[in-house]
Amino acid sequence: MEQEITLKKESQPLAFLKPLVVKFTPKFQKGDIISSLKKTGITIVSILLFLGLWHLGSKALYNKEAAYKIEKALTEQGQAAADAERACIASGDSSCQPNTLPSPAQVWSSLQALIADHKVITADKAAFVEKMAETNIKLVEQGKDAIVYTGRASFVDIVLTSIKTVFAGFLLALLIAVPIGVIIGLSPSLRSAFNWFIQVFKPVSPVVWYLLVFMIVKTLYIGDSSDNAFVISFISVGLCAMWATLVNTAMGVSSVDKDYINVAKVLKLGTFQKVFKVILPSSLPLIFTGLRITLSVAWMVLIAIELLAQSQGLGLFVWEEFQNGANDSNAKIIVAMFIIGIIGFLLDRLMLTVQNMVSFNKNEGV
Amino acid sequence: MSTASMTKPITENGILFPSKVMLDLSKLKKVYSTPKGDYVVLEDLNLQIMKEEFVTIIGHSGCGKTTMLSMIAGLNPISGGNIAVLGNPVKGPGPDRGVIFQSPSLMPWMTALENVLLGVNQVFPHATKAQRKDIAKYYLHKVGLDGAFDKKAIELSQGMQQRVGIARAFAIKPKVLLLDEPFGMLDSLTRGELQDILIEIWNKEKITAVMITHDVDEAIFLADRVVMMTSGPRAKIGDILDIEFERPRTRKSVLEHDDYYTYRKHLIDFLEH
Ligand SMILES: Nc1ncnc2c1ncn2[C@@H]1O[C@H](COP(=O)(O)OP(=O)(O)OP(=O)(O)O)[C@@H](O)[C@H]1O
Ligand SMILES: [Mg+2]
Repeated sequence: MEQEITLKKESQPLAFLKPLVVKFTPKFQKGDIISSLKKTGITIVSILLFLGLWHLGSKALYNKEAAYKIEKALTEQGQAAADAERACIASGDSSCQPNTLPSPAQVWSSLQALIADHKVITADKAAFVEKMAETNIKLVEQGKDAIVYTGRASFVDIVLTSIKTVFAGFLLALLIAVPIGVIIGLSPSLRSAFNWFIQVFKPVSPVVWYLLVFMIVKTLYIGDSSDNAFVISFISVGLCAMWATLVNTAMGVSSVDKDYINVAKVLKLGTFQKVFKVILPSSLPLIFTGLRITLSVAWMVLIAIELLAQSQGLGLFVWEEFQNGANDSNAKIIVAMFIIGIIGFLLDRLMLTVQNMVSFNKNEGV
Repeated sequence: MSTASMTKPITENGILFPSKVMLDLSKLKKVYSTPKGDYVVLEDLNLQIMKEEFVTIIGHSGCGKTTMLSMIAGLNPISGGNIAVLGNPVKGPGPDRGVIFQSPSLMPWMTALENVLLGVNQVFPHATKAQRKDIAKYYLHKVGLDGAFDKKAIELSQGMQQRVGIARAFAIKPKVLLLDEPFGMLDSLTRGELQDILIEIWNKEKITAVMITHDVDEAIFLADRVVMMTSGPRAKIGDILDIEFERPRTRKSVLEHDDYYTYRKHLIDFLEH
């Protein structure tokens, strides 16, 4: 008896220290702060380096095209024309500027122009709503549709449309892929039945998905004059992006730790309990990895699909700027590129945060 | 404590012999089909385990101990022969046979309490929520986890996780508790502690326990009988050693007992031949 008691007393502090030691030592150390400062420093330096290279590169391209223009004027129209061209380019006049990769400064001013444009349009819209307020009340009283603002969309509206489309598509992907993934994950025979289907449709390109959805939605909307570009684009985005989630969910569900399944068997959990208390929680990390891929794929294919569907989003914006070839079009395209990249990055962060909130094993962000 | 002490289960009053048998393994056979042909792990294995008995099983690695235990649990199909629990053939897993696995296999996304409740909810569906919680808390208290009810399983140390495993197994009030090297991964200090906890609860709950172990001292300290399995293939029961120490036992009294080294020698001789 004595032995038993002393043994307990001795081992108790050890048992309780263990988790404490693991928990508290790695956090808040001097080395951590220095290394995170270093990390930030490296990021800033690399951004500056990138901007510098970009600036030099765009300058070189600018000079090359300017030299070519002057040379061309010289050979085709003679010295006078060449001098005029040189003067024109030097004066910064928009009619004769080389049309090439814009510099960081040009892109920055384009961004500001787009924001200013957004303010103008917002003011316009507000004025319009105010002006039409009375008329609209009357129209509604008479049972007619109110008149809505149909003017040009601002850059911010365009970005919001894209985000809306991608979330609608993502939601669609989630609603289709997760339940199907769970079902085929649970049954090996369904898994083999679905396998060819997944293998065949997974690699299909966004363009083809768009065409397929277009064929179907066009017929469904026949006789309906409303704008279905949004519907077509979000469905295409969803179908195109859902495969990663489908495959990962099926894999997560089918590869649940055997020990957990045995525990469920010993406790004789019902199917519902087994799925919701054991299988789904244990496959959440994989499901979320799939959802993260799905969201980034959705955002990536969105641009191409919006372009095809003529949906008022970033894809169409980029395409129209490219087509119209105005002086600042190239700079606007680069602005869009950065916005696309940054939003994509933020969406990924968002998913990572949600994933870490619901998963039991914390993931390190990359 | 002394009320629960017992030397031989067969001395219980007035019950017919067969009803004293908790587990009856007869002519048990297990064949695994492998790419290289059938592999007969167990053949003609006979073993009877009495009610409220604590049996430990030792044998060389790979001889088929886990196979036998998982067949009793109903998690592994029987190739031949029979396993009966209180006379009823085993058809599949069920909460009348609780299992403690070598790895604690807690659901890492649940708290200690939720892990225990998972089983309790299943076994006591008619109890109120508060009652079920009380049961779970009682067993967590018994294994010394008073402060850790709401800790996520993943945040617990290995030893604490196995404590939850023990609480979860006892909380479903099984008739038989099956343990597959439950303390194999723990340091010897924690192992000693958990052995004491296990024996204490087992004593109180009066259930039958079958435990696989690699540790000869653990086998002697815990068991009423130590069952030795022969090496595979076609493993069977090689020898059975009755451990006559009185309960409750302490490590000290066991170590100081004259018979201890005789038992120990017996087991080691068996394993070395
Ligand atoms: N699912 C299986 N398929 C084929 N062979 C298996 C399977 N499971 C176990 N075996 C084989 O059966 C034999 C017995 O395995 P088992 O796990 O029961 O041994 P054990 O006595 O528990 O060993 P240990 O002490 O190492 O845990 C081993 O040779 C093993 O390789
Ligand atoms: Mg084993």
